[in-house]
Amino acid sequence: MSLDKEKIKHVAKLARISVDEAKVESLTKDLNSIFKFIEQLNELNTDKVEPLTSILNQSLRSRKDEISDGKIREKILKNSPKENEEFFVVPKVVE
Amino acid sequence: MSKEKFDYFIKGEKEKYEVVIGLEVHAQVLSKSKLFSGSSTKFGADPNNQVSLIDSAFPGMLPVINEECVKQAVRTGLGLNAKINNYSVFDRKNYFYADLPQGYQISQYKNPIVGEGKVLLDMPYGSKEIGIERLHLEQDAGKSIHDMDPSNTYVDLNRSGIALMEIVSKPDLRSPDEVNAYIKKLRSIMRYLGTCDGNMQEGSLRADVNVSVRKEGDKNFGTRCEIKNVNSIKFMQMAIEYEAARQVELIENGKEIDQETRLFDIKKNETRSMRSKEDAHDYRYFPDPDLLPLKLEQKLIDDLKKSLPELPDKKKERFIKEYGLNAYEANVLVSEKEISDYYEEVAKLSDKKLAATWMMGDLFAMLNDKGLDISKSPVSAKHFAELVQAIKSGEISGRIAKEVFEIMLETGDNPKKIIESKGLKQQSDPKELEKMINEILAKNKDKVDQYKSGKEKLFGFFVGQVMKSSGGKANPQLTNEILKKLLKG
Repeated sequence: MSLDKEKIKHVAKLARISVDEAKVESLTKDLNSIFKFIEQLNELNTDKVEPLTSILNQSLRSRKDEISDGKIREKILKNSPKENEEFFVVPKVVE
Repeated sequence: MSKEKFDYFIKGEKEKYEVVIGLEVHAQVLSKSKLFSGSSTKFGADPNNQVSLIDSAFPGMLPVINEECVKQAVRTGLGLNAKINNYSVFDRKNYFYADLPQGYQISQYKNPIVGEGKVLLDMPYGSKEIGIERLHLEQDAGKSIHDMDPSNTYVDLNRSGIALMEIVSKPDLRSPDEVNAYIKKLRSIMRYLGTCDGNMQEGSLRADVNVSVRKEGDKNFGTRCEIKNVNSIKFMQMAIEYEAARQVELIENGKEIDQETRLFDIKKNETRSMRSKEDAHDYRYFPDPDLLPLKLEQKLIDDLKKSLPELPDKKKERFIKEYGLNAYEANVLVSEKEISDYYEEVAKLSDKKLAATWMMGDLFAMLNDKGLDISKSPVSAKHFAELVQAIKSGEISGRIAKEVFEIMLETGDNPKKIIESKGLKQQSDPKELEKMINEILAKNKDKVDQYKSGKEKLFGFFVGQVMKSSGGKANPQLTNEILKKLLKG
């Protein structure tokens, strides 16, 4: 698999990262060399190996269904771009 | 009841088209707290008051799964006759939107908690099986409010992080009526199980609707469009009708259908393309590094299975067998658990068949009129059973029963007391009735003569007179018999 410039721009857009046109060329090169290394790993036969998504050999920890959090609106809303006592206020997003 | 034939096709100018529908239903899990945080899930709280640092995605916060939400998903899976997966994985579904502070939704992609299952629908043309593709657990997003300010969007994160079950059907549905029956059946099953309240007004049950069309008889599916987030059955049906007609028109004009996400506009009754969702299917899923795979012990699944309540399909069978109801009656009476409980209480104390008739008639009409659920019925099951028994025993006529029912509503008294205190008992003494009827006939000699010379329509007049002078209390059957006998002589 190799990436072209269009793909790089598309991924950047999905990740909301703005990329200078001038930088696209070098990014393409960099990412392609990373991909090449990943492709190289394909040479190993992993047919009988379970995919490893975590290095912890444990099962998922769970909690009881109890209300133990919330009611900290003031703290939470400190991160709102615009000030309001009840809501996060963000630039209009509407269909 | 004669069986109708399935007949929902869109007629184009050239061909007849079949509509193929699949649903992704989002059902809010009934739990006290959220899927990965301890904030409350209660509906209608002050904005942003049920939000933790996890729900608002502060850095360094770690999600911990709510064991009850897992159990609820397993219960629902069992209720859908589905395979429960002992191993499932949480993934990140990446997209940006103001009401999704994490920048990704925790969902399940390749390994959902529940696999294939099925749901049975009762259609006028027979029973139909709808396949379930999967059920997975995921987080709900917050709520965006666009109409409070002309240039800003307000975001309330109370809903953010509440557990949802996404139930994906196979593309087995073929008409708006089947969609209606399917949603109602899912809702009923989940309400029996207590896993989702099914409240569509509060958004506890919403669906994405996938629609495509194909020429009648075609084996291949057409290109589908997905209509996002429709929150009532009526709107789903309207959206499907519009969308199917739109696709047929495109095909007949030799145009291609783009596979795209569309929005249903309630005011204009049309669907339109959501251009912002162009990349919507590019979610770049990957296993969430914050969460280990979810492994379920077989014993947990078995125990949950043993503790399931009797579900609507089973209950329907039992009602038909045990109470002698027909399929239609049984269907209506098992549609909600509360209704079936009420019916069983009434049926225990009175005539089973008559109880069904009166419940589905006068009781439902009254509840509907007052906008009440049966659990809030002003008439208790015990009193209702007494009323049914009074009709069955001939103590009062059906017409008087309606009157008694009205008084029960007003006063909350039991029917016996009402019948006695108002003197409503049916007149069933043949001698007394005969005496009264003779008097009436004597008063209307001219009409009697007309009747005897062939004007038989007058029979109704005599019945009316008897009812009038008895204050509606004359036993109708007996009245008919005696009248016939006396008019013959």
